[in-house]
Amino acid sequence: MGKSAMARASLVLLLVPFVALLWVASYNKTDPAIEGIPFFYWYLLLWLPLSTAITAIVYFANRK
Amino acid sequence: MINWNAINWTALIIFAALFLLVTVIGFVAARWRRGDLNNIQEWGLGGRSFGTLITWFLLGGDLYTAYTFIAVPAQVFASGAIGFFAVPYTILVYPFIFVVMPRLWAVAHKHKFVTAADFVEGRFQSKPLALAVAFTGILATMPYIALQLVGLQAVLSAMGLSGSGIVGDLPLIIAFLILALYTFSSGLRAPALVAIVKDALIYITVLAIIIYVPIKLGGFGNIFGAVAQHAQVTKGFTETLSSDPSKGNSMWAFATLAFGSAFALFLYPHSVTSTLSSNSGRVIQRNAMLLPLYSVMLAFLALTGYMALAAHLHPATATGAVPALVNYAFPDWFKGVAFAAIGIGALVPAAVMSIAAANLFTRNIYKAFFRPNASIAEEASTAKITSLVVKIGALIVVLAIPVAQAINLQLLGGMWILQTLPPVILALYTRWFNRWALLVGWAAGMVYGTFTMLQPLFNPTAFGLPANGGKVLSTVPITLGSMKLNGYVALDAVVVNIVVAAVLSLVLNLARVSNGNDVTKPSDYVEAEEPVSPTEIGAAPALAE
Repeated sequence: MGKSAMARASLVLLLVPFVALLWVASYNKTDPAIEGIPFFYWYLLLWLPLSTAITAIVYFANRK
Repeated sequence: MINWNAINWTALIIFAALFLLVTVIGFVAARWRRGDLNNIQEWGLGGRSFGTLITWFLLGGDLYTAYTFIAVPAQVFASGAIGFFAVPYTILVYPFIFVVMPRLWAVAHKHKFVTAADFVEGRFQSKPLALAVAFTGILATMPYIALQLVGLQAVLSAMGLSGSGIVGDLPLIIAFLILALYTFSSGLRAPALVAIVKDALIYITVLAIIIYVPIKLGGFGNIFGAVAQHAQVTKGFTETLSSDPSKGNSMWAFATLAFGSAFALFLYPHSVTSTLSSNSGRVIQRNAMLLPLYSVMLAFLALTGYMALAAHLHPATATGAVPALVNYAFPDWFKGVAFAAIGIGALVPAAVMSIAAANLFTRNIYKAFFRPNASIAEEASTAKITSLVVKIGALIVVLAIPVAQAINLQLLGGMWILQTLPPVILALYTRWFNRWALLVGWAAGMVYGTFTMLQPLFNPTAFGLPANGGKVLSTVPITLGSMKLNGYVALDAVVVNIVVAAVLSLVLNLARVSNGNDVTKPSDYVEAEEPVSPTEIGAAPALAE
């Protein structure tokens, strides 16, 4: 697989946040809580940096 | 009359000083990166010159509106978990933007398209289809501008500046007239510069709230404890999403609201305008990485709905939740800063939205149908005047109709704008869809969506609403076999739209019905390897207006 093919393949990573966030049943619960914050809420907050990290990986993989 | 004794003078003076500062910036902006403001490319798109940082401020200031700052916490305050759909929504929008918007930017840059409808016209040589896209954009934008005024009104009244009759509305009218004037003279440069101040104020305010208020309330454990208690005694308020299939699963509503809204956001004319004003596709991709910082802030703001609950605040309506929290937690001078953040937060999107609507009207209605030979100067002056008319129209809407109706219109607007997805976004990738099929699909989606969302307004009891409490609902249950899906209507409507367009395209393509001339070619959608030098941007004689 060449560099360009790798870069194109990295685009698939962008689908990961869609699966993680649209499969609501997987995180629609209160436990385990962190510091009193129910799972539902800290999971959603956690995906803010995770999703940005994924976008960054794809950006740098596609840098010319 | 205004009740002078109710006014918080310290807060109001700080607010007024910051407002004055952005007014000066708004007018000075005309001289910044000086361009010929009698050209719509300069007035309406800032000469497509904005780099990563300015685009970040502008898009951040533009997408995360004052109304958002009021409405998201309000929904969390009133309904609980479902209000948090704003978080996955503002996460998922960025992978989508990363892939799609550089294509729109590249083709628009190459052909000097100013609006999404310009692209549709270039792609399909179809004035009716371009008109449908332009009309939908203007229709969806008008109530959105009106709601920015509602945000401004909310903070003015939180400072005690409210009253009855024309005098009571005067502060709002003055604020908006000032905005209208500097937008008229400076174009998109004004909100781009004002956004820097606005965003700085917003970040300061949100940081102060998210650090200080939980300490005051005894930590997040206490806040969520209050939320759990509140959920037990309050109908229609849940700590996590209801998964009861008989009521229409609200997990489905949550997922479809997030997904549908993410796709709708960058179809709004104000998003397109801010995107096209950047100077390269890479700038857009970098912003897809950097803009989630605003989503972090929005997530924190959503939590303020719960903080207002935990603090036992009882605002008259849910939209008062954030202003009430600010009044509860902070000294007077900081209230002025916080309210200015929200108030100025109304000005940036209102300015960009009115510029975007003006661009659409000028390019795709006025020039396309009435004055095809309009000069560059005439085009620019038409856009400037239209931006004034649009803002005055929004002002009249806010003063004349109840806020609930403006909110209903904005909910409809989100559904309407998503119906432009096939001719704008799908067309970035394929011309398999026939232009007439796209037009019929658009009409089908608009009609289906509008009727579905209006149903609860006229038959409230069928939707579990009080007999006189009918309202436009974003999620309406549909029954598929044994499943009852309570999903976002915009998404249902765009499925109808795409299916109709696909079936008709199949037929029309078999019948070899013309799909118009395409002025674009595949290489136009990919940005050139080397950045285009500024002289080339200025020249491009073959593609001039």
